[in-house]
Amino acid sequence: MLKIRNLDSGYGKLRVLKNISLHVDGGEIVAMIGANGAGKTTLLHTITGLVKPTEGQVEFHGRDCRRLPAQKIVASGCSLVPEGRQVFATLSVEENLILGGYVLQRQKGKGAILKELNHQYELFPVLRERRSQLAGTLSGGEQQMLAMGRALMSRPRLVMMDEPSTGLAPLIVRDIFRVIVRLREEGNTVLLVEQNARAALAIADRGYVLETGKIILQGPAEDLLANRDVQRAYLGREKIE
Amino acid sequence: MELSLFLQYLFAGITYGIIYAIVAIGFNIIYNTTGIINFAQGEFLMLGGMISISLLHFMPLPAAITVAVVITMLVGALIEIVFIRWIENPSVLRMIVITIGISIIIREAALHIWGESVRALPYFIGSAVTSVSILGTKISPQVLIVIGVCSVVVVFLSFFFKFTSIGREMRACAANRRAATLCGINVKNMVTFSFMLSAGIGALAGAVMSPITYSQYDNGTGLAIKGFTVAIMGGLGNSPGAVAAGLMLGIIEAFSISVLPLAFQDAVAIAILLIILFIRPHGLFGSSEAARLKEF
Repeated sequence: MLKIRNLDSGYGKLRVLKNISLHVDGGEIVAMIGANGAGKTTLLHTITGLVKPTEGQVEFHGRDCRRLPAQKIVASGCSLVPEGRQVFATLSVEENLILGGYVLQRQKGKGAILKELNHQYELFPVLRERRSQLAGTLSGGEQQMLAMGRALMSRPRLVMMDEPSTGLAPLIVRDIFRVIVRLREEGNTVLLVEQNARAALAIADRGYVLETGKIILQGPAEDLLANRDVQRAYLGREKIE
Repeated sequence: MELSLFLQYLFAGITYGIIYAIVAIGFNIIYNTTGIINFAQGEFLMLGGMISISLLHFMPLPAAITVAVVITMLVGALIEIVFIRWIENPSVLRMIVITIGISIIIREAALHIWGESVRALPYFIGSAVTSVSILGTKISPQVLIVIGVCSVVVVFLSFFFKFTSIGREMRACAANRRAATLCGINVKNMVTFSFMLSAGIGALAGAVMSPITYSQYDNGTGLAIKGFTVAIMGGLGNSPGAVAAGLMLGIIEAFSISVLPLAFQDAVAIAILLIILFIRPHGLFGSSEAARLKEF
Protein backbone atom coordinates (compact mmCIF):
# COMPACT_ATOMS: atom_id res chain seq x y z
CA MET A 1 0.00 0.00 0.00
CA LEU A 2 2.67 2.48 1.09
CA LYS A 3 6.22 2.03 -0.15
CA ILE A 4 9.08 4.31 0.75
CA ARG A 5 12.48 3.84 -0.79
CA ASN A 6 15.75 5.57 0.11
CA LEU A 7 13.98 8.64 1.41
CA ASP A 8 15.92 11.72 2.47
CA SER A 9 14.03 14.62 3.95
CA GLY A 10 14.49 17.62 6.20
CA TYR A 11 14.07 21.34 6.63
CA GLY A 12 16.27 23.52 4.45
CA LYS A 13 19.82 22.29 4.78
CA LEU A 14 19.03 20.17 7.80
CA ARG A 15 18.77 16.51 6.83
CA VAL A 16 16.49 14.82 9.32
CA LEU A 17 15.75 11.53 7.55
CA LYS A 18 18.57 9.61 5.95
CA ASN A 19 17.97 6.83 3.49
CA ILE A 20 14.71 5.54 4.94
CA SER A 21 13.03 2.55 3.35
CA LEU A 22 9.84 1.04 4.66
CA HIS A 23 6.54 -0.38 3.53
CA VAL A 24 3.05 -0.76 4.95
CA ASP A 25 0.73 -3.46 3.61
CA GLY A 26 -3.06 -3.35 3.61
CA GLY A 27 -4.80 -4.43 6.82
CA GLU A 28 -1.84 -4.26 9.18
CA ILE A 29 -0.79 -2.04 12.05
CA VAL A 30 2.79 -0.92 11.68
CA ALA A 31 4.45 0.75 14.65
CA MET A 32 7.26 3.24 14.25
CA ILE A 33 9.06 3.76 17.52
CA GLY A 34 11.89 6.07 18.42
CA ALA A 35 13.00 8.73 20.86
CA ASN A 36 12.42 12.47 20.69
CA GLY A 37 14.07 14.02 17.67
CA ALA A 38 14.51 10.71 15.86
CA GLY A 39 12.53 12.08 12.92
CA LYS A 40 9.21 10.32 13.42
CA THR A 41 7.04 13.36 12.84
CA THR A 42 9.18 14.49 9.91
CA LEU A 43 8.63 11.10 8.33
CA LEU A 44 4.85 11.40 8.61
CA HIS A 45 4.91 14.98 7.36
CA THR A 46 6.97 13.88 4.38
CA ILE A 47 4.48 11.12 3.54
CA THR A 48 1.54 13.55 3.69
CA GLY A 49 3.41 16.14 1.65
CA LEU A 50 3.66 18.82 4.34
CA VAL A 51 7.44 18.48 3.99
CA LYS A 52 8.93 17.76 0.58
CA PRO A 53 11.57 15.01 0.36
CA THR A 54 14.96 15.80 -1.11
CA GLU A 55 15.72 12.27 -2.34
CA GLY A 56 13.98 8.94 -2.73
CA GLN A 57 10.49 7.74 -3.49
CA VAL A 58 7.18 7.77 -1.69
CA GLU A 59 4.67 5.56 -3.41
CA PHE A 60 1.07 5.29 -2.22
CA HIS A 61 -1.08 2.75 -4.03
CA GLY A 62 1.36 2.62 -6.90
CA ARG A 63 1.22 6.38 -7.31
CA ASP A 64 4.24 8.60 -6.80
CA CYS A 65 3.22 11.26 -4.31
CA ARG A 66 6.43 13.22 -4.07
CA ARG A 67 5.18 16.07 -6.20
CA LEU A 68 1.57 16.11 -5.00
CA PRO A 69 0.46 18.90 -2.65
CA ALA A 70 -0.67 17.75 0.80
CA GLN A 71 -4.40 18.09 0.16
CA LYS A 72 -4.17 15.84 -2.93
CA ILE A 73 -2.36 13.16 -0.95
CA VAL A 74 -5.11 13.28 1.66
CA ALA A 75 -7.69 13.03 -1.12
CA SER A 76 -5.98 9.90 -2.42
CA GLY A 77 -6.76 8.16 0.89
CA CYS A 78 -3.85 8.83 3.20
CA SER A 79 -4.93 10.57 6.44
CA LEU A 80 -2.80 11.89 9.27
CA VAL A 81 -3.85 12.33 12.88
CA PRO A 82 -1.37 15.05 13.73
CA GLU A 83 0.68 15.27 16.88
CA GLY A 84 -0.96 17.38 19.57
CA ARG A 85 -4.47 16.71 18.11
CA GLN A 86 -4.71 20.04 16.20
CA VAL A 87 -8.50 20.09 16.37
CA PHE A 88 -10.34 23.17 15.10
CA ALA A 89 -10.70 24.65 18.58
CA THR A 90 -13.24 27.34 17.68
CA LEU A 91 -15.54 24.94 15.80
CA SER A 92 -17.98 22.45 17.26
CA VAL A 93 -17.20 18.75 17.52
CA GLU A 94 -19.63 17.89 14.74
CA GLU A 95 -18.21 20.60 12.47
CA ASN A 96 -14.74 19.18 13.06
CA LEU A 97 -15.93 15.76 11.97
CA ILE A 98 -17.76 17.08 8.93
CA LEU A 99 -14.61 18.92 7.86
CA GLY A 100 -12.72 15.66 8.23
CA GLY A 101 -15.13 14.28 5.64
CA TYR A 102 -14.36 17.08 3.20
CA VAL A 103 -12.72 14.68 0.75
CA LEU A 104 -15.51 12.11 1.08
CA GLN A 105 -18.16 14.76 0.49
CA ARG A 106 -16.49 15.79 -2.74
CA GLN A 107 -16.25 12.23 -3.96
CA LYS A 108 -19.46 10.64 -2.67
CA GLY A 109 -21.81 13.46 -1.64
CA LYS A 110 -23.63 14.44 1.56
CA GLY A 111 -25.27 11.08 2.30
CA ALA A 112 -21.91 9.37 2.74
CA ILE A 113 -20.93 12.01 5.29
CA LEU A 114 -23.94 11.37 7.50
CA LYS A 115 -23.33 7.64 7.43
CA GLU A 116 -19.69 8.10 8.29
CA LEU A 117 -20.57 10.60 11.01
CA ASN A 118 -22.73 7.97 12.69
CA HIS A 119 -19.94 5.46 12.37
CA GLN A 120 -17.55 7.82 14.21
CA TYR A 121 -20.12 8.46 16.93
CA GLU A 122 -20.43 4.72 17.37
CA LEU A 123 -16.66 4.35 17.58
CA PHE A 124 -16.33 7.28 20.00
CA PRO A 125 -19.64 7.59 21.91
CA VAL A 126 -18.32 10.52 23.95
CA LEU A 127 -18.13 12.62 20.78
CA ARG A 128 -21.87 12.15 20.21
CA GLU A 129 -22.55 13.49 23.71
CA ARG A 130 -20.39 16.51 23.01
CA ARG A 131 -21.35 17.05 19.39
CA SER A 132 -22.36 20.71 19.73
CA GLN A 133 -19.60 21.68 22.15
CA LEU A 134 -16.59 23.68 20.89
CA ALA A 135 -13.67 21.35 20.25
CA GLY A 136 -11.32 23.57 22.27
CA THR A 137 -13.32 22.87 25.43
CA LEU A 138 -12.83 19.09 25.27
CA SER A 139 -10.38 17.25 27.49
CA GLY A 140 -7.11 15.98 26.04
CA GLY A 141 -8.39 12.44 25.57
CA GLU A 142 -11.60 13.62 23.94
CA GLN A 143 -9.62 15.88 21.61
CA GLN A 144 -7.46 12.92 20.63
CA MET A 145 -10.59 10.92 19.85
CA LEU A 146 -11.94 13.84 17.86
CA ALA A 147 -8.70 14.12 15.88
CA MET A 148 -8.87 10.41 15.13
CA GLY A 149 -12.54 10.58 14.19
CA ARG A 150 -11.83 13.54 11.95
CA ALA A 151 -9.07 11.68 10.12
CA LEU A 152 -11.28 8.59 9.76
CA MET A 153 -14.20 10.58 8.35
CA SER A 154 -12.63 10.56 4.89
CA ARG A 155 -12.61 6.71 4.92
CA PRO A 156 -8.87 6.68 4.34
CA ARG A 157 -7.06 3.61 3.05
CA LEU A 158 -4.16 4.40 5.38
CA VAL A 159 -4.41 6.22 8.72
CA MET A 160 -1.21 7.56 10.20
CA MET A 161 -1.19 8.52 13.85
CA ASP A 162 1.45 10.73 15.35
CA GLU A 163 1.89 10.02 19.07
CA PRO A 164 -1.77 9.48 19.98
CA SER A 165 -0.86 8.73 23.61
CA THR A 166 1.03 11.96 24.38
CA GLY A 167 -0.08 13.62 27.56
CA LEU A 168 -2.98 11.28 28.24
CA ALA A 169 -3.83 9.29 31.35
CA PRO A 170 -3.00 5.54 31.10
CA LEU A 171 -6.67 4.54 31.15
CA ILE A 172 -7.45 6.80 28.21
CA VAL A 173 -4.39 5.55 26.34
CA ARG A 174 -5.77 2.05 26.76
CA ASP A 175 -9.11 3.13 25.25
CA ILE A 176 -7.39 4.77 22.34
CA PHE A 177 -5.24 1.73 21.58
CA ARG A 178 -8.37 -0.42 21.76
CA VAL A 179 -9.91 1.72 19.07
CA ILE A 180 -6.79 1.30 16.93
CA VAL A 181 -7.10 -2.49 17.20
CA ARG A 182 -10.75 -2.21 16.27
CA LEU A 183 -9.80 -0.18 13.22
CA ARG A 184 -7.68 -3.08 12.01
CA GLU A 185 -10.57 -5.46 12.60
CA GLU A 186 -12.68 -3.25 10.36
CA GLY A 187 -10.08 -3.64 7.63
CA ASN A 188 -8.17 -0.38 8.06
CA THR A 189 -4.44 0.05 7.74
CA VAL A 190 -2.61 1.99 10.43
CA LEU A 191 0.87 3.46 10.62
CA LEU A 192 1.34 4.24 14.30
CA VAL A 193 4.16 6.48 15.45
CA GLU A 194 4.75 6.27 19.17
CA GLN A 195 7.16 6.95 21.97
CA ASN A 196 5.18 4.55 24.10
CA ALA A 197 6.96 1.63 22.50
CA ARG A 198 5.53 -1.13 24.65
CA ALA A 199 1.91 -0.22 24.03
CA ALA A 200 2.50 0.33 20.32
CA LEU A 201 4.36 -2.92 19.75
CA ALA A 202 1.80 -4.84 21.78
CA ILE A 203 -0.92 -4.13 19.21
CA ALA A 204 1.22 -3.86 16.06
CA ASP A 205 1.92 -6.55 13.48
CA ARG A 206 5.29 -5.19 12.51
CA GLY A 207 7.55 -2.47 13.77
CA TYR A 208 10.40 -0.19 12.82
CA VAL A 209 12.86 1.49 15.15
CA LEU A 210 13.96 4.94 14.08
CA GLU A 211 17.08 6.49 15.58
CA THR A 212 18.58 9.85 14.54
CA GLY A 213 16.92 9.71 11.16
CA LYS A 214 17.79 6.13 10.29
CA ILE A 215 15.89 2.90 10.60
CA ILE A 216 18.11 0.71 12.78
CA LEU A 217 15.81 -2.25 13.37
CA GLN A 218 12.72 -3.73 11.82
CA GLY A 219 10.69 -6.88 12.06
CA PRO A 220 7.57 -8.50 13.50
CA ALA A 221 6.35 -6.70 16.60
CA GLU A 222 6.88 -9.65 18.94
CA ASP A 223 10.49 -10.00 17.80
CA LEU A 224 11.12 -6.33 18.54
CA LEU A 225 9.46 -6.68 21.94
CA ALA A 226 11.82 -9.57 22.67
CA ASN A 227 14.87 -7.79 21.34
CA ARG A 228 17.39 -6.92 24.07
CA ASP A 229 18.45 -3.59 22.53
CA VAL A 230 14.89 -2.49 22.10
CA GLN A 231 14.07 -3.52 25.64
CA ARG A 232 16.98 -1.55 27.02
CA ALA A 233 16.55 1.56 24.91
CA TYR A 234 12.78 1.86 24.57
CA LEU A 235 11.03 -0.40 27.04
CA GLY A 236 12.91 0.84 30.09
CA ARG A 237 14.01 -2.62 31.09
CA GLU A 238 17.38 -3.09 32.76
CA LYS A 239 19.66 -5.88 31.62
CA ILE A 240 18.05 -9.15 32.53
CA GLU A 241 20.24 -12.18 32.59
CA MET B 1 -29.57 69.24 22.18
CA GLU B 2 -32.88 69.00 20.43
CA LEU B 3 -34.23 65.58 19.63
CA SER B 4 -34.27 66.15 15.86
CA LEU B 5 -30.66 67.35 15.84
CA PHE B 6 -29.69 64.43 18.05
CA LEU B 7 -31.31 62.02 15.62
CA GLN B 8 -29.56 63.69 12.68
CA TYR B 9 -26.19 63.11 14.30
CA LEU B 10 -27.19 59.62 15.32
CA PHE B 11 -28.19 58.59 11.81
CA ALA B 12 -25.06 60.13 10.31
CA GLY B 13 -23.04 58.23 12.91
CA ILE B 14 -24.77 54.93 12.21
CA THR B 15 -24.30 55.37 8.45
CA TYR B 16 -20.57 55.97 8.69
CA GLY B 17 -20.26 53.45 11.49
CA ILE B 18 -21.72 50.61 9.49
CA ILE B 19 -19.50 51.49 6.53
CA TYR B 20 -16.47 51.34 8.82
CA ALA B 21 -17.77 48.02 10.11
CA ILE B 22 -17.91 46.64 6.56
CA VAL B 23 -14.31 47.72 5.94
CA ALA B 24 -13.29 46.16 9.26
CA ILE B 25 -15.08 42.91 8.41
CA GLY B 26 -13.16 42.92 5.12
CA PHE B 27 -9.96 43.17 7.16
CA ASN B 28 -11.16 40.38 9.44
CA ILE B 29 -12.06 37.92 6.68
CA ILE B 30 -8.57 38.12 5.21
CA TYR B 31 -6.91 38.27 8.62
CA ASN B 32 -8.71 35.13 9.72
CA THR B 33 -7.67 33.00 6.76
CA THR B 34 -4.15 34.36 6.29
CA GLY B 35 -3.09 36.16 9.47
CA ILE B 36 -2.27 39.30 7.47
CA ILE B 37 -3.85 42.75 7.35
CA ASN B 38 -4.72 43.74 3.82
CA PHE B 39 -4.12 47.49 3.75
CA ALA B 40 -5.58 47.64 0.24
CA GLN B 41 -9.04 46.98 1.73
CA GLY B 42 -10.08 50.64 1.42
CA GLU B 43 -9.20 50.58 -2.28
CA PHE B 44 -11.85 47.92 -2.83
CA LEU B 45 -14.50 50.42 -1.69
CA MET B 46 -13.07 53.08 -3.98
CA LEU B 47 -13.06 50.65 -6.92
CA GLY B 48 -16.65 49.59 -6.21
CA GLY B 49 -17.78 53.22 -6.30
CA MET B 50 -15.68 54.29 -9.29
CA ILE B 51 -16.39 51.27 -11.48
CA SER B 52 -20.14 51.47 -10.93
CA ILE B 53 -20.08 55.19 -11.77
CA SER B 54 -18.32 54.42 -15.07
CA LEU B 55 -20.60 51.50 -15.87
CA LEU B 56 -23.70 53.60 -15.25
CA HIS B 57 -23.23 55.08 -18.75
CA PHE B 58 -23.91 51.67 -20.26
CA MET B 59 -26.43 49.97 -18.02
CA PRO B 60 -29.04 50.57 -15.31
CA LEU B 61 -27.95 51.16 -11.72
CA PRO B 62 -28.48 47.69 -10.20
CA ALA B 63 -26.62 46.03 -13.08
CA ALA B 64 -23.80 48.58 -12.84
CA ILE B 65 -23.32 47.88 -9.14
CA THR B 66 -23.48 44.12 -9.65
CA VAL B 67 -20.90 44.18 -12.43
CA ALA B 68 -18.69 46.54 -10.37
CA VAL B 69 -18.81 44.12 -7.45
CA VAL B 70 -17.86 41.21 -9.73
CA ILE B 71 -14.99 43.16 -11.31
CA THR B 72 -13.67 44.18 -7.90
CA MET B 73 -13.85 40.56 -6.75
CA LEU B 74 -11.75 39.60 -9.75
CA VAL B 75 -9.27 42.34 -8.83
CA GLY B 76 -9.15 40.89 -5.31
CA ALA B 77 -8.50 37.40 -6.68
CA LEU B 78 -5.84 38.74 -9.03
CA ILE B 79 -4.05 40.53 -6.17
CA GLU B 80 -3.96 37.34 -4.14
CA ILE B 81 -2.78 35.17 -7.04
CA VAL B 82 -0.08 37.58 -8.21
CA PHE B 83 1.25 38.97 -4.93
CA ILE B 84 0.33 36.68 -2.05
CA ARG B 85 -0.15 33.06 -3.14
CA TRP B 86 3.40 32.07 -3.93
CA ILE B 87 4.99 33.51 -0.79
CA GLU B 88 5.93 30.77 1.67
CA ASN B 89 5.77 31.67 5.37
CA PRO B 90 5.83 35.44 4.92
CA SER B 91 6.77 37.65 7.84
CA VAL B 92 4.14 40.08 9.08
CA LEU B 93 6.21 43.13 8.16
CA ARG B 94 6.74 41.86 4.63
CA MET B 95 3.01 41.35 4.12
CA ILE B 96 2.25 44.83 5.46
CA VAL B 97 4.69 46.38 3.01
CA ILE B 98 3.28 44.31 0.15
CA THR B 99 -0.35 45.24 0.84
CA ILE B 100 0.51 48.92 1.28
CA GLY B 101 2.34 48.70 -2.04
CA ILE B 102 -0.74 47.15 -3.65
CA SER B 103 -2.94 49.93 -2.29
CA ILE B 104 -0.60 52.56 -3.78
CA ILE B 105 -0.62 50.81 -7.16
CA ILE B 106 -4.42 50.61 -7.24
CA ARG B 107 -4.74 54.26 -6.21
CA GLU B 108 -2.31 55.45 -8.90
CA ALA B 109 -4.02 53.27 -11.51
CA ALA B 110 -7.34 54.82 -10.49
CA LEU B 111 -5.85 58.30 -10.78
CA HIS B 112 -4.82 57.53 -14.38
CA ILE B 113 -8.15 55.97 -15.30
CA TRP B 114 -10.59 58.37 -13.65
CA GLY B 115 -8.49 61.47 -12.94
CA GLU B 116 -8.70 63.60 -9.82
CA SER B 117 -12.31 64.64 -10.17
CA VAL B 118 -14.81 63.85 -7.47
CA ARG B 119 -17.69 61.73 -8.78
CA ALA B 120 -20.78 60.19 -7.32
CA LEU B 121 -23.53 57.78 -8.19
CA PRO B 122 -26.95 59.44 -8.33
CA TYR B 123 -29.19 58.96 -5.32
CA PHE B 124 -30.90 55.60 -5.69
CA ILE B 125 -34.31 57.01 -4.76
CA GLY B 126 -35.23 60.59 -5.57
CA SER B 127 -32.52 63.24 -5.42
CA ALA B 128 -30.16 64.86 -2.94
CA VAL B 129 -33.02 66.80 -1.38
CA THR B 130 -35.53 63.96 -1.05
CA SER B 131 -36.07 63.04 2.53
CA VAL B 132 -38.19 60.85 4.71
CA SER B 133 -39.32 61.87 8.13
CA ILE B 134 -38.40 59.71 11.11
CA LEU B 135 -39.45 60.84 14.59
CA GLY B 136 -39.72 64.38 13.33
CA THR B 137 -36.29 64.53 11.77
CA LYS B 138 -35.56 64.48 8.04
CA ILE B 139 -33.32 61.70 6.76
CA SER B 140 -32.23 61.05 3.18
CA PRO B 141 -33.52 57.69 1.93
CA GLN B 142 -29.99 56.94 0.74
CA VAL B 143 -28.87 56.85 4.38
CA LEU B 144 -31.46 54.18 5.04
CA ILE B 145 -30.30 52.27 1.94
CA VAL B 146 -26.70 52.31 3.14
CA ILE B 147 -27.69 51.16 6.61
CA GLY B 148 -30.01 48.53 5.13
CA VAL B 149 -27.58 47.11 2.59
CA CYS B 150 -24.68 47.01 5.04
CA SER B 151 -26.82 45.34 7.69
CA VAL B 152 -27.93 42.74 5.16
CA VAL B 153 -24.28 42.13 4.26
CA VAL B 154 -23.38 41.64 7.93
CA VAL B 155 -26.27 39.24 8.51
CA PHE B 156 -25.56 37.41 5.25
CA LEU B 157 -21.91 36.96 6.22
CA SER B 158 -22.69 35.57 9.64
CA PHE B 159 -25.09 33.06 8.06
CA PHE B 160 -22.57 32.29 5.37
CA PHE B 161 -19.82 31.47 7.88
CA LYS B 162 -22.14 29.56 10.18
CA PHE B 163 -24.22 27.45 7.85
CA THR B 164 -22.56 26.94 4.47
CA SER B 165 -19.87 24.36 3.91
CA ILE B 166 -17.49 26.83 2.27
CA GLY B 167 -17.98 29.15 5.24
CA ARG B 168 -17.18 26.28 7.57
CA GLU B 169 -14.08 25.47 5.56
CA MET B 170 -12.93 29.09 5.79
CA ARG B 171 -13.39 29.02 9.55
CA ALA B 172 -11.39 25.80 9.63
CA CYS B 173 -8.54 27.53 7.79
CA ALA B 174 -8.74 30.36 10.30
CA ALA B 175 -8.68 27.98 13.27
CA ASN B 176 -5.83 25.77 12.12
CA ARG B 177 -4.39 26.00 8.65
CA ARG B 178 -2.28 22.86 8.82
CA ALA B 179 -5.18 20.75 10.08
CA ALA B 180 -7.34 22.16 7.28
CA THR B 181 -4.76 20.98 4.76
CA LEU B 182 -4.80 17.57 6.42
CA CYS B 183 -8.57 17.42 5.88
CA GLY B 184 -7.89 17.79 2.17
CA ILE B 185 -8.91 21.45 1.94
CA ASN B 186 -6.95 23.52 -0.55
CA VAL B 187 -6.01 26.35 1.80
CA LYS B 188 -4.54 28.52 -0.96
CA ASN B 189 -7.83 28.53 -2.84
CA MET B 190 -9.60 29.46 0.40
CA VAL B 191 -7.26 32.43 0.75
CA THR B 192 -8.03 33.52 -2.82
CA PHE B 193 -11.71 33.18 -2.04
CA SER B 194 -11.38 35.26 1.12
CA PHE B 195 -9.77 38.06 -0.91
CA MET B 196 -12.67 37.85 -3.38
CA LEU B 197 -15.23 37.93 -0.59
CA SER B 198 -13.74 40.96 1.13
CA ALA B 199 -13.29 42.72 -2.20
CA GLY B 200 -16.93 42.00 -3.02
CA ILE B 201 -18.43 43.30 0.22
CA GLY B 202 -16.07 46.30 0.07
CA ALA B 203 -17.16 47.14 -3.47
CA LEU B 204 -20.84 46.83 -2.59
CA ALA B 205 -20.42 49.17 0.38
CA GLY B 206 -18.37 51.54 -1.78
CA ALA B 207 -21.14 51.70 -4.38
CA VAL B 208 -24.09 52.26 -2.03
CA MET B 209 -22.28 54.95 -0.05
CA SER B 210 -21.07 56.79 -3.15
CA PRO B 211 -24.09 59.19 -3.43
CA ILE B 212 -23.51 60.40 0.14
CA THR B 213 -19.75 60.33 0.54
CA TYR B 214 -18.73 60.75 -3.12
CA SER B 215 -16.02 58.69 -4.79
CA GLN B 216 -12.54 59.82 -5.62
CA TYR B 217 -9.38 57.92 -6.53
CA ASP B 218 -7.89 58.37 -3.06
CA ASN B 219 -10.84 58.00 -0.70
CA GLY B 220 -9.89 54.40 0.07
CA THR B 221 -7.02 55.38 2.34
CA GLY B 222 -9.13 57.26 4.83
CA LEU B 223 -11.66 54.44 4.93
CA ALA B 224 -8.91 51.88 5.43
CA ILE B 225 -7.58 53.81 8.42
CA LYS B 226 -11.04 54.10 9.97
CA GLY B 227 -11.78 50.47 9.18
CA PHE B 228 -8.47 49.42 10.70
CA THR B 229 -9.26 51.43 13.84
CA VAL B 230 -12.59 49.64 14.06
CA ALA B 231 -11.06 46.22 13.42
CA ILE B 232 -8.57 46.81 16.25
CA MET B 233 -11.27 48.21 18.55
CA GLY B 234 -13.48 45.21 17.96
CA GLY B 235 -10.58 42.79 18.35
CA LEU B 236 -8.88 41.58 15.14
CA GLY B 237 -10.78 38.77 13.52
CA ASN B 238 -13.91 39.35 15.60
CA SER B 239 -16.68 40.43 13.23
CA PRO B 240 -19.55 41.02 15.70
CA GLY B 241 -17.01 43.11 17.63
CA ALA B 242 -16.29 45.03 14.45
CA VAL B 243 -19.96 45.93 13.99
CA ALA B 244 -20.24 47.19 17.55
CA ALA B 245 -16.95 49.08 17.33
CA GLY B 246 -17.88 50.52 13.93
CA LEU B 247 -21.16 51.91 15.19
CA MET B 248 -19.38 53.28 18.25
CA LEU B 249 -16.71 55.05 16.22
CA GLY B 250 -19.25 56.39 13.71
CA ILE B 251 -21.49 57.77 16.44
CA ILE B 252 -18.56 59.25 18.41
CA GLU B 253 -17.32 60.94 15.26
CA ALA B 254 -20.73 62.30 14.41
CA PHE B 255 -21.30 63.76 17.86
CA SER B 256 -17.76 65.09 18.05
CA ILE B 257 -18.84 67.66 15.43
CA SER B 258 -21.19 69.21 17.93
CA VAL B 259 -18.38 69.95 20.39
CA LEU B 260 -15.25 70.11 18.20
CA PRO B 261 -14.58 71.83 14.88
CA LEU B 262 -15.29 69.65 11.84
CA ALA B 263 -11.58 69.49 10.97
CA PHE B 264 -10.95 67.40 14.07
CA GLN B 265 -13.31 64.62 12.97
CA ASP B 266 -10.52 62.39 11.63
CA ALA B 267 -8.31 63.26 14.57
CA VAL B 268 -10.93 61.74 16.86
CA ALA B 269 -10.72 58.40 15.07
CA ILE B 270 -6.92 58.37 15.05
CA ALA B 271 -6.82 59.40 18.72
CA ILE B 272 -9.13 56.49 19.54
CA LEU B 273 -6.89 54.14 17.54
CA LEU B 274 -3.83 55.29 19.50
CA ILE B 275 -5.57 55.03 22.85
CA ILE B 276 -6.80 51.52 22.04
CA LEU B 277 -3.37 50.43 20.85
CA PHE B 278 -1.81 51.73 24.07
CA ILE B 279 -4.37 50.49 26.55
CA ARG B 280 -6.16 47.51 25.00
CA PRO B 281 -4.25 46.32 21.91
CA HIS B 282 -6.44 43.20 21.80
CA GLY B 283 -9.50 45.40 21.31
CA LEU B 284 -12.53 46.23 23.42
CA PHE B 285 -14.17 42.89 22.68
CA GLY B 286 -11.17 40.67 22.03
CA SER B 287 -9.67 38.43 24.67
CA SER B 288 -6.17 39.29 25.81
CA GLU B 289 -5.30 35.61 26.13
CA ALA B 290 -6.15 34.93 22.52
CA ALA B 291 -4.24 38.03 21.48
CA ARG B 292 -1.11 36.82 23.20
CA LEU B 293 -1.13 33.71 21.01
CA LYS B 294 -1.42 35.75 17.84
CA GLU B 295 1.60 36.60 15.79
CA PHE B 296 0.18 40.01 15.07
